[in-house]
Amino acid sequence: MKINRRDFLKLAGYGSAIFVSGLAAPGRWADASGENGFLFVQMSDTHWGFSNPAVNPDSTGTLRKAIAAVNDLKPQPDFIMFTGDLTHTTDDEKERRKRMTEFRDIAGGLKVKKLNYMPGEHDAGLDEGAVFKDIFGLTRYSFDHKGVHFIVLDNVSDPTGSIGDEQLQWLSADLKKQDKGARIVVFTHRPLFDLAPDWDWHTRDGAKALDLLMPWTNVTVFYGHIHQENHRTTGHITHHSARGLMYPLPAPYSVPKKMPVPWDSAQPYKGLGFRSVDAKVGKAAYDLTEYGVKGERL
Amino acid sequence: MKAITGKMPAVALAVLVLFLGASLMDVCAVADETGQVIRITAKRYEYNPGTITVKKGVPVVLEFTSLDRLHGFNCPGLGIRTDIVPGKATTLRLVPQKAGTFPFHCDNFCGSGHEGMTGTIVVTE
Repeated sequence: MKINRRDFLKLAGYGSAIFVSGLAAPGRWADASGENGFLFVQMSDTHWGFSNPAVNPDSTGTLRKAIAAVNDLKPQPDFIMFTGDLTHTTDDEKERRKRMTEFRDIAGGLKVKKLNYMPGEHDAGLDEGAVFKDIFGLTRYSFDHKGVHFIVLDNVSDPTGSIGDEQLQWLSADLKKQDKGARIVVFTHRPLFDLAPDWDWHTRDGAKALDLLMPWTNVTVFYGHIHQENHRTTGHITHHSARGLMYPLPAPYSVPKKMPVPWDSAQPYKGLGFRSVDAKVGKAAYDLTEYGVKGERL
Repeated sequence: MKAITGKMPAVALAVLVLFLGASLMDVCAVADETGQVIRITAKRYEYNPGTITVKKGVPVVLEFTSLDRLHGFNCPGLGIRTDIVPGKATTLRLVPQKAGTFPFHCDNFCGSGHEGMTGTIVVTE
């Protein structure tokens, strides 16, 4: 089933779609943290080091603008999740390390100090995540925050775009510690389902992960990789991809060859942005708010 | 090589010649049985040849070798794919059932030029 974000939220039965549309009163945000829940922000596909003026003439400024916009959010999110491709790939390991170090330093400008990272294939696909681990730590992990169990899966350090049996066993063991009705959020870089395999928009053994997740009744996946919003369901599991922060990519199979969407000087930064996720206590779904690079609600 | 052959007993040389001859015959036999063998090398960020021409209905064997690192070969239009692992030849047998032009690409992330590592299979009538 293909549904857009608005349809998805309508189907989920949440009147807070108006919140997503950007028409909510600022006071509404007062409910979004503290006792009633919390916010986190998803930033993705920043591709630090990418250089092509025809695609993004502000390649060194876009990330900084987005960080300034996140810093202006009120209230502030509890944490930031970067869902991979922090850097644009390079065949030079020294340059890879330099780009990741620069990215870490720039991300340090966020007011929120709880920053969670995971790699994309551009960060980790050439060295099985060696440099990423040196600078950012583990490529897979889980943590709990205010009643939600978060799982970060690595489906990029293996260049075939697989999770691997060993990590699947780890996932299985991690899940078994949770009640079947627990609120579970999974972060991945690649989609776990076959969104567009011919465009490399899938995870080869993603179905195995989804099979493991299926017995848990409240699972939501947030991912990156495709540089655009996409909202799907597989069974009862919902999947939300995020906009990128360097260049947009075309809709799946909408063009013969997958290529970055050229810069539109009439609409600069079009297609780029980040997302705020509102996790309310006692609610199964999440309210998503999409922002442009400069913090404008979309 | 001269020094070695000079010391090599005639019997050993004969065995070597027979062995090489038999191996060559094996390759020919496979080729005869399954069709033309097309050897394709893969390296960052190209296939050689980049365009492979085959005939509809005629069996072919695609034999891949990587010259540097793990690559992939994925031709969705013909429904074939394989990993190309360094150090060993990987074969795919194919009997094209439809004429046309079918793009293929590397589907194992291999570096900065990965997205451009592509080629085409042309199936003629």
